[in-house]
Amino acid sequence: MALQSLDIVRRSATTTHPPTVRKAQTGTVAKLIDTTKCIGCKACQVACMEWNDLRDEIGTNVGGYQNPHDLTDQSWTLMRFAEYENPARGGDLEWLIRKDGCMHCADPGCLKACPAPGAIVQYANGIVDFQEENCIGCGYCIAGCPFNIPRISQRDHKAYKCTLCSDRVAVGLEPACIKSCPTGALVWGTKEDMHQHAAERVEDLKSRGFDQAGVYDPPGVGGTHVMYVLHHADQPELYNGLPEDPRISLSTRLWKGVTKPLALAGIALTALAGFFHFIRVGRNETHESDEQAAAQATERARHG
Amino acid sequence: MADTTSDPSRRTIERYTPNERTNHWTVAIVFILTALSGLALFHPALYWLSGLLGGGTWTRILHPFLGVLMAICFALLAATMWKFNRMERRDWQWLRQGRDVLNNREANAPEVGRYNGGQKLLFFVFVLCVLGLLLSGLVIWRQYFSLYFSVGVVRAAAVVHAICAFVMICAIVVHIYAAFWVKGSIAAMTRGTVTPGWAWKHHRAWFREKIHATHSRTRSD
Ligand code: HEM
Ligand code: SF4
Ligand code: SF4
Repeated sequence: MALQSLDIVRRSATTTHPPTVRKAQTGTVAKLIDTTKCIGCKACQVACMEWNDLRDEIGTNVGGYQNPHDLTDQSWTLMRFAEYENPARGGDLEWLIRKDGCMHCADPGCLKACPAPGAIVQYANGIVDFQEENCIGCGYCIAGCPFNIPRISQRDHKAYKCTLCSDRVAVGLEPACIKSCPTGALVWGTKEDMHQHAAERVEDLKSRGFDQAGVYDPPGVGGTHVMYVLHHADQPELYNGLPEDPRISLSTRLWKGVTKPLALAGIALTALAGFFHFIRVGRNETHESDEQAAAQATERARHG
Repeated sequence: MADTTSDPSRRTIERYTPNERTNHWTVAIVFILTALSGLALFHPALYWLSGLLGGGTWTRILHPFLGVLMAICFALLAATMWKFNRMERRDWQWLRQGRDVLNNREANAPEVGRYNGGQKLLFFVFVLCVLGLLLSGLVIWRQYFSLYFSVGVVRAAAVVHAICAFVMICAIVVHIYAAFWVKGSIAAMTRGTVTPGWAWKHHRAWFREKIHATHSRTRSD
């Protein structure tokens, strides 16, 4: 989705400054997903398909509500269902439903890992967007993402994920999923406003006995532009393995950090060492005296 | 004094058979293509190298196949060379006198067999790196294999692949420079032969083996 181009704050595999003349003057955006209001109707999944013209394959029913079973190149958002028996409430069953999809990290691991210039960009408004025409299909973004989001299409071998409707947001519309939600579980606005709204929701939940209710905006990835309100903010793993403290993994940081330029310098220095060895010492030649010594040795061997 | 090794009429000792030379240069060509296409993905400063194989996507498609081809060809080469590369006591002494060797005073160092200590060490660095590149490369090969591994394993493999590639490329730079530095070595691998003086000077123990082998054979005839 290359509608915006003047407000790119980060660009994959790019060492120079991307175009940043347009700023997010009114603040960055955020989608707030209130899991406590979600009824799992999947209107947002359908809206995503409609707006983005995606049609996943019809799979098989394995006796659950989750459908499809996982995110795919055609399903950029997915309601994940978890049944939780809450020991604090005498084993009451709680149906924890979480809308999964790209979190639009402030510090995106996918972008850090990507080797193709401009295949992943981050806009000033906070949206992390894949530019598939620059994608080479290596799948490094999958290794870089702490949330297991990007999916490679088996047809065109490009990586796909939620765009946060960057095309709609660019012209002042809200994302398609937000527009479709019948319960108000999905809310859209500036990140600041969403925090304010979330704080009210948390207060309300606490007054109803959800002591551990809270907002999920994990600092390990610099915060996210998709946030959750959770009844059990102390146990995000309950929600189908939402990571407790997501961060770009140590191996990804090692792999994509200062080690790379150092390695290039190492290769260049090795080559330079050779060049200067040649300049200072010169080539190791074989002379007539060596040939004579060899001839004498051969002679001795023949008569020896 | 002129170097004698470029005179074809003097190059009477065979060092590499045509099959060995073909194998070596196949590995060399495929290695260069694999390394340059890998470097394109290694750091943005080298992404322009992706043009070599026809762009980023073609680089992503071809690099792993080239890598596997290289590993197979290298395995053949290593199998024929393995027996010549066992480290011996004199090789360690030779390495300790590296300063003499580097300053073209190798006469001070112990006699060298078919390969010197440096070449043998380099050989084992290549073996380890190719093995590491092959195994880690398969794990990060998204189109066919990555789905069989957990994300933690894929992340670790990416680091291993980058480290092995770095070590391997540095080692190859040393290998290429050494071949250029010791005059007559490149002809040994392109035409297959060396002069007796070259063998005497750089691989004296091997030279002795060679002449003893020929002359004991002629005597018993
Ligand atoms: C032995 C078999 C090999 C396999 C199966 C393999 C496979 C891969 C794969 C799948 C990638 C990820 C990018 C892509 O999809 O193209 C990659 C990256 C890379 N490969 Fe290989 N490769 C092999 C050998 C080599 C060799 C011989 C070199 C050269 C020394 C090399 C250097 C690199 C480099 C520098 C990268 C980029 C790593 C990074 O971004 O950190 N590879 N390889
Ligand atoms: S597959 Fe992911 S990491 Fe690779 S080029 Fe495409 S967006 Fe970048
Ligand atoms: S959730 Fe994953 S794909 Fe989305 S921005 Fe963060 S790292 Fe990238």
